[in-house]
Amino acid sequence: MVVDQNSPIIFAHGVNKTYAGGFLALKNIHLEIARGEIFALLGPNGAGKTTLISIICGIVNASSGTITVDGQDIVKDFRAARAAIGLVPQELHTDAFETVWATVNFSRGLFGKAPNAPYLEKVLRDLTLWDKRDAKVMTLSGGMKRRVLIAKALAHEPLILFLDEPSAGVDVELRHDMWRMVRELRAQGTTIILTTHYIEEAEDMADRIGVINKGELIVVEDKEVLMRKLGKKQLTLTLRHPINSLPAGLESWSLILAEGGHTVDYRYNTQEDETGIPELLRTLGEHGIDFKDLRSSESSLEDIFVSLIQQSRGEAA
Amino acid sequence: MNLYGIRAIYRFEMARTFRTLSQSIIAPVLTTSLYFIVFGKAIGSRMGQIDNISYGAFIIPGLIMLNLLNESISNASFGIYMPKWAGTIYELLSAPVSWIEVLIGYVGAAATKSVMLGLLIMGTARIFVPYEIVHPGWMIAFLLLTAVTFSLFGFIIGLWADSFQKLQVVPMLIATPLTFLGGAFYSIHMLPPLWQEITLFNPVVYLISGFRWSFYGMAEVDVALSLGMTSGFLVLCLTFVWWVFKTGYKIRN
Ligand SMILES: Nc1ncnc2c1ncn2[C@@H]1O[C@H](COP(=O)(O)OP(=O)(O)OP(=O)(O)O)[C@@H](O)[C@H]1O
Ligand SMILES: [Mg+2]
Repeated sequence: MVVDQNSPIIFAHGVNKTYAGGFLALKNIHLEIARGEIFALLGPNGAGKTTLISIICGIVNASSGTITVDGQDIVKDFRAARAAIGLVPQELHTDAFETVWATVNFSRGLFGKAPNAPYLEKVLRDLTLWDKRDAKVMTLSGGMKRRVLIAKALAHEPLILFLDEPSAGVDVELRHDMWRMVRELRAQGTTIILTTHYIEEAEDMADRIGVINKGELIVVEDKEVLMRKLGKKQLTLTLRHPINSLPAGLESWSLILAEGGHTVDYRYNTQEDETGIPELLRTLGEHGIDFKDLRSSESSLEDIFVSLIQQSRGEAA
Repeated sequence: MNLYGIRAIYRFEMARTFRTLSQSIIAPVLTTSLYFIVFGKAIGSRMGQIDNISYGAFIIPGLIMLNLLNESISNASFGIYMPKWAGTIYELLSAPVSWIEVLIGYVGAAATKSVMLGLLIMGTARIFVPYEIVHPGWMIAFLLLTAVTFSLFGFIIGLWADSFQKLQVVPMLIATPLTFLGGAFYSIHMLPPLWQEITLFNPVVYLISGFRWSFYGMAEVDVALSLGMTSGFLVLCLTFVWWVFKTGYKIRN
């Protein structure tokens, strides 16, 4: 079957999930993942990230809705759909007594691929696991086990790699190695979907961002666009003489007096043509407020994420 | 068919067997030897013959069945329960394998192990008691049929169990009593008439009787009936498993 290269590699339509206990974990999810992109799915604990990933991978049944992976329905054509996916789960679920080599070979076979020792050797070498190939998995440290899970997920050369919180409990060095590998995989055309609570990682890595809260996908946007659209800049003025309160006549600027009256913060929207900065400085001068230093900063993806979640809480309340 | 997938599961399970080879082999061989010393020699010497067979020889098929049933159930139930318990089942669920393939892998490996064990016990028994097998072909057929059927049964228990207690309760509370009461150590004709009737509700009676027939050419119930009942139980287990997988029972919800 010929698949249109422009069609989304993952297409989810109207996906709902109610767990056996009656808990509504996903509400009407619509999502498209483009071929070859790195997509970061962000959301607080319990938002439904793992649930969504588990449904796409076939671990959990959706209550309703349809999903296709590489054009194949995940229920009707489960073989083709699942063969395209490699999953690194959030929890460190590993075999105990098997060796690293045995467990990656098992994964490759399970996913229907003929044995290929040179390929698996390369995967293990890339993850600096080759020296540990004959070690039993249970004798490895947590970070090593995480690498084993990544190796298992890559063992069948998947088109799509899911990384559910890959950086949890992983040291800086491995994190760098891992992200380097993710970039390499992407360069080879692998689509990567990851979740993380380290938002700066998503800011670094992702092409697009999805934010999920309480089972609802509240934003799906190109990262650059999202940062431009929702990003705020802040101008901080350090005053020459601290003040107790802002003089009357400055209310309309919604300034924030901080650091015991030593600084004044001014937030402005990057999207607007007029930042209002020249006018502000003039007005401050008119009120006799003198400053000795000024510095501007930009909101990070983390700031945007936090405000999105707060906003969606506010709407829900 | 994902043949590589089946092979991966089968090998994984067989590796588990060979890792614990000493436990899986020494224990049953030792217990069987004890049975022969106690029942075969000590008690058996005073028992006389049953249907012209020495008591020691009479209990061999029953003993093998006893082990075959227990091993099949415990191997298969443990095999599928472990990944559920350890969480590694995520990989099985996310893999392009159908339930039929999962079943062939797990049940195939469990049955292989218990058949190997059955043959081993048969060999051990030969040290204590001289015997001959009248219908070797049928003997193998009964051995395989029983191993597969009860491995399937064990697989169902492993799927259903959500604790180690539950995993052990069925073999302990159902399989062992049924085998003991299924005529492993006596001919059901030795029972009072009423109990003979009641015993016929025990499916294990048919297994042991059929199996013993393949050894010595004599049976307590008709061989055709034995074969029919065993196959019937196999079909029952298969139907149940099919239903479990069709509904996704507990696992994917
Ligand atoms: N098997 C289950 N049965 C019932 N409820 C569940 C089950 N699994 C998850 N949930 C609930 O569904 C919600 C979403 O869980 P999920 O694991 O998808 O969150 P998450 O976004 O991955 O969170 P985290 O960041 O903590 O990993 C949570 O409220 C959780 O309690
Ligand atoms: Mg999660």
